[in-house]
Amino acid sequence: MYITVKDERHYAYTGGKDWVDGQPTVVMIHGVLNDHSVWILQSRYLAHHGHNVMAIDLPGHCKSQGTPPASVEDAAAHVLALLDAAGVDAAALVGHSFGALIALQAAATAPLRCTHLAMVGTAYPMAVSPVLLDTSLHAPHKAIEMVNNFSHSTLAPPPSSLGPGTWLYGVGRALMRRVLASNPTHNVFNIGFHACNNYASGEAAMDAVQAAHIPTLFVLGTRDQMTPPKAMATLSSRAPHARTVLVASGHAMMSEAPEDTLQALHALLQTKQ
Amino acid sequence: MAGYSDPGFDTLSLHAGAAPDPTTGARGVPIHMSTSFVFESSDHAAALFNLERAGHVYSRISNPTNAVLETRVAALEGGIGAIATASGQAALHLAIATLMDAGSHIVASSALYGGSHNLLHYTLKRFGIETTFVHPNDLDAWRAAIRPNTKLLFGETVGNPGMDVLDIAAVSDIAHQARVPLMVDATLTPPWLLKPMDHGADIVMHSATKFLSGHGTVVGGVLVDSGLFDWEASGKFESLTQAYEGFHNMVFSDESTVGAFLLRARREGLRDFGACMSPHSAWLILQGIETLGLRMERHMRNTQAVVNYLDAHPMVERVGHPLLASHPSHALSQTLLPRGAGSVFSFDIKGSKAQGQAFVQALKVFSHLANVGDAKSLVIQPATTTHFRMDAAALATAGIKPGTVRLSVGLEDEADLIEDLKRALKAAERAADHSHVKTGA
Repeated sequence: MYITVKDERHYAYTGGKDWVDGQPTVVMIHGVLNDHSVWILQSRYLAHHGHNVMAIDLPGHCKSQGTPPASVEDAAAHVLALLDAAGVDAAALVGHSFGALIALQAAATAPLRCTHLAMVGTAYPMAVSPVLLDTSLHAPHKAIEMVNNFSHSTLAPPPSSLGPGTWLYGVGRALMRRVLASNPTHNVFNIGFHACNNYASGEAAMDAVQAAHIPTLFVLGTRDQMTPPKAMATLSSRAPHARTVLVASGHAMMSEAPEDTLQALHALLQTKQ
Repeated sequence: MAGYSDPGFDTLSLHAGAAPDPTTGARGVPIHMSTSFVFESSDHAAALFNLERAGHVYSRISNPTNAVLETRVAALEGGIGAIATASGQAALHLAIATLMDAGSHIVASSALYGGSHNLLHYTLKRFGIETTFVHPNDLDAWRAAIRPNTKLLFGETVGNPGMDVLDIAAVSDIAHQARVPLMVDATLTPPWLLKPMDHGADIVMHSATKFLSGHGTVVGGVLVDSGLFDWEASGKFESLTQAYEGFHNMVFSDESTVGAFLLRARREGLRDFGACMSPHSAWLILQGIETLGLRMERHMRNTQAVVNYLDAHPMVERVGHPLLASHPSHALSQTLLPRGAGSVFSFDIKGSKAQGQAFVQALKVFSHLANVGDAKSLVIQPATTTHFRMDAAALATAGIKPGTVRLSVGLEDEADLIEDLKRALKAAERAADHSHVKTGA
């Protein structure tokens, strides 16, 4: 579905289901140079199991108009504006990588509007190497190869996003190329990396989330080279009641470990606040 | 691992899609000869049917052994995924049936495998899908043949049997300007030689019967998607961008930004037309792929020797291989196919059709049969076999003469191949003398 915010059309995949008033809502936020389709399996399942799903394309990405957010805070404000426009009072916020930081910041900004928080494949601080920052700007296709290689950990994934016969290295590369090409005006790759690199409010945001007793989940990949589990120590130490689920995957756990990721999210969403 | 790129070709040939079996520890890929797969629960069953969870339901739609093959070929081609089919023809049909409706139009190379030409020229016409054929190297003709209802450009990476090399980058540019994809049949140039998607092809198909399998033991096909064609931006492919009643009103381009084509091809084409591959066939093809790089290296070395020998032989009028400067695709093949343009090529024997037949009959190492890409060397006369349905004009357009002989150079000892050809060419020469004496009498 499309949601209009400030006269711009923004896309949210609903998991193949029409919106049902009264159901809990889950907002799923992708990472840098990705779009809603990274959640294809988890979003479709949740939509058919009692949730209204909004797997969004961030502004300036693929089907969404607007300017790509230059900071985690801007992106979080956009997510809250989307909830306003969709008439949703509160929702579970699920994010991957950059999207997890956005979910965290949105939850901290408006804790009463966040029923659950899931941070999937993420780190804080999310320092991006100068080489990658520079390459994403000046040689983005080379940077895509770098990120794609770092993001995958197996040559033999289980049946995944397109079903059996999916080659995840190829899916990752093609999606990043498509997202990059979707915005000829702005380099969403470089802008997204800078937003990750510059985000410095993680501790305060997590403190606010914990103070609001928002059920919190970390889903981390044991083979993740982009955001290894140890890189979440800063935040997880401030969230003693959060649940951490380690899945056997790299950074692309929604596709490399789709079942484990889904089960972790599903369990979180059953948790009462 | 090769730096920031995917793992190397030989590593992927051996490992992509397969890990040791978690239950038994089997290192080889198990052959899952099972029609169906047990559900964990009713909810699991419903979720699998509705594409909420990924897994296997029924082997017409997917199978664990086939999935290894699909993943492996997709990895080798640089695609996002693949679908294994009962044959190469089934792969071609699956692609067309996924993209086309009655009233659609295809622009295709005139230098196609006879079976593909037959499908496009005769059979699909009966279902309201028309094809305009153009010479693969005539870029203006490709451009001029495109109509408002054109939905696909299609050619072979190396035309059969004239070995016209398709300028993939140029033809894909033409296709993309018209907002349609380019599909190529890469059967004669497996990915060790050429990865068409690196040059702009959107969909690649193989008759896996040939080099991928490599041993002449199995019939199969594979269809690979690059994931790079933007079906929504094109505006021409409602089958991928509008709700599909046949699958819970799924909008495939919403489900997956890159995978709409494969999703529909599997969920409609395999489901409804049913041209699926046997898991045993998939396993045989996987055995072949494990040594694809090694085999192709030897194929190319033997081909070089055979081409050089034939080119210097007085009984040979023309050798149609891009290795030779005289071939119209020589320059293009040097850039597009630096490892070689394949080991399937034709040549013309000086003299009559009978002399050509004498040549074929005299061969001992080369087997006279209708296949290519085998480890064993093969020979055939296209005009009387693979292309027999084509009329004289179509044969001429495809560069086939009555006495044209097609070779598929295999992996035997180089000296034995040369000796076999030498003996057969002598037989062809003697057939001319015999014919002359008889005529004179």
